[in-house]
Amino acid sequence: MPTTLKNEAAIVGVGQTEYSKNSGRSEVQLACEATKAAIMDAGIAPSDVDGMVTFTLDTTDDIEIARAVGIGELTFFSRTPHGGGAAVGIVHQAAMAVATGAAKYVVCYRALNGRSGQRYSEGVSGNIVTSDLIHWSYYMPFGLMTPASWVALITQRYMHETGSKPEDLAQVCITQRDHAVKNPAAFFYQKPLSLDDYMNARMIVDPLRLYDCCQETDGASAVIVTTPERARDLDAGSAVIRGIAQGAGSEQEVMTSFYRDSISEIREMDVVARECYRVSGLGPDDIDAAIVYDAFSSIVLMQLESFGFCKTGEAKDFVQDGNVGLGGRLPINTHGGQLSEAYIHGVNGVIEGVRLIRGDSINQPPKSDHVLVTAGIGVPTSGMILGKPD
Amino acid sequence: MATSKEEFEARLQEFVGLEIGAPEVGADLVNEPMIRHWCEVMEDRNPVYTDPAAAKDSVHGGIVAPPTMLQTWILDGFDMATPEKQPMNKQRELHAVFNEQGYTGVVATNCDQSYDRYLTPGEQVSGTTVIETISEEKATAIGIGYFIETRTTFRNQDGEQVGWMVFRVLKFKPSAQPAAAPAGDDGAPAAPVRLRAPRTHDNGWWWNKIDEGELHIQKCGECGVLRHPPRPMCGECRSIEWTSIISTGKGVINSYVIMHHPPIPGYGFPIACALIDLEEGTRIISNVVGCDLDEVHIGMKVSLSIENVDDEMKLPLFKPAQ
Ligand SMILES: [Zn+2]
Repeated sequence: MPTTLKNEAAIVGVGQTEYSKNSGRSEVQLACEATKAAIMDAGIAPSDVDGMVTFTLDTTDDIEIARAVGIGELTFFSRTPHGGGAAVGIVHQAAMAVATGAAKYVVCYRALNGRSGQRYSEGVSGNIVTSDLIHWSYYMPFGLMTPASWVALITQRYMHETGSKPEDLAQVCITQRDHAVKNPAAFFYQKPLSLDDYMNARMIVDPLRLYDCCQETDGASAVIVTTPERARDLDAGSAVIRGIAQGAGSEQEVMTSFYRDSISEIREMDVVARECYRVSGLGPDDIDAAIVYDAFSSIVLMQLESFGFCKTGEAKDFVQDGNVGLGGRLPINTHGGQLSEAYIHGVNGVIEGVRLIRGDSINQPPKSDHVLVTAGIGVPTSGMILGKPD
Repeated sequence: MATSKEEFEARLQEFVGLEIGAPEVGADLVNEPMIRHWCEVMEDRNPVYTDPAAAKDSVHGGIVAPPTMLQTWILDGFDMATPEKQPMNKQRELHAVFNEQGYTGVVATNCDQSYDRYLTPGEQVSGTTVIETISEEKATAIGIGYFIETRTTFRNQDGEQVGWMVFRVLKFKPSAQPAAAPAGDDGAPAAPVRLRAPRTHDNGWWWNKIDEGELHIQKCGECGVLRHPPRPMCGECRSIEWTSIISTGKGVINSYVIMHHPPIPGYGFPIACALIDLEEGTRIISNVVGCDLDEVHIGMKVSLSIENVDDEMKLPLFKPAQ
């Protein structure tokens, strides 16, 4: 039995639907299409799959897909909670399953009609039927009830403490847009963003403007996880998981961790960074490119600090110095990210992480031996470091 | 002009069933540039509307117009912005009758459309509108008034019906004080109010204290640590015994946001939401009121004011400290 998950699992197939504002079909169908595409990309048979993982938020049951895609029996199925924090958490579940032999090939999927169906930007409503009910009661009556509002509150404090300016947030948005401009799958394909465009766009929740906020997207993304040994027998290029972790910080709430000493700290991602580096034996200098979860532009800055690419409070200088563009020290979100490609709750970013390792990203940087992929912040979250197969 | 209600309503009913005027014909035939403009604005990227090659290969065999453009093909151009340039028709006569009696407000409440088929470039669309129904007087959240329903039938140049639309407006007397009336039996919406805090075993007591005009902070019955938001067990000593203290309501803004979008009914956006460091050491989310939004800043001293935000709900709000 392995004692860590270092080099115990690999992603061998990726699949996605088109990303749109109105898919015109059910989330079940989207999930089936992405799963089928991932299976074909991996070059395995549907009947090889014996495990499935998705988000607790996903509306499509694993067994619905298993029937539709002809997968057959399953020996492992699981779900990961806390919204976008699950983006890599689902891969973490799959990695543990294949490393222990609980399953051989695990599909990780996320499908949503995020624009034409239920829209996440609308936030919480009075119709909550879980224990969240108590939690949200302290925010709903005051109007602090959308994802943008919760992140704006920690962003305001972060900008106050670090001296970050709107132009620094804009730099993240413009850099990622530059990447999306070349990506035909991206909503903002061939639509560049200027600083004027950014500054003149409407305020959503001050200090967050329109382009600081991710899109709402219809679509699905899926990946296949197996062991590095099995991966070697497949023709598809694989990305080996060097280190992977989930993390919740102390004083953690879902999106409203407002009671920590400093609300500008994202302790959950500090935990994930520490564990990813511990498991992999790698450090920030070993990472060549990163898929940094970007539901909002400001959280990209915070995560660059959590993972030690720059000192606390200096992410604004790191991005302004051109480090995160294609020619920079650490190209980020080469697909355009959720700001500019699509919002599939971070799983489209997992796919891009695999492409970077395979060397077939639309914006392939010269060096991509190790790629970081992170999940949502403000929620219990996850992250991983991918590497090339031996 | 003094008119009894019976006389007034009898005059209204004379309009029911009338065509408002000659069929309305748009200035342009169904055409590709207007289709393209619409698709760009609506972010509709379906190629059958804009890409001749893709459209040719589709079931349509060529470019078609988005069905939801139906009404645009008969709308007046820029003259719509200048009411005095509009010719009188039965609909405007009807509105004038309402205006004379003080029902000066108008608000669109419903629009149903049905499409018989796709329209193609080169077709000329006309619309014939009939005043179909006028309701009895209704009390609504925005004032008393009457619902008027019109039905527009759309035809092409050969007289073939291509779709219809039922449009419903409320013609009303604007009330000085919008009342938070419950929904009427006609289903008219009540004035929106803020969402209520769901109350359960673990948080209901705290909201009950707000109702009584007091801001409480939960206090561990064993080790005395204060905690907010309330929860059933103490994270320091794991005691389930607890009591509470009344906050002085004095605090400092730790962080804040200005809520703009999406506009949530009942809240009166833009508003300031803030995280406030209370002097007792716990924090609370609230709204900052009683000052301009651009005066709100990190480090601002604020003090509590428990106020009614509507007829039923009290909230602990914060104002600039005196
Ligand atoms: Zn205690």
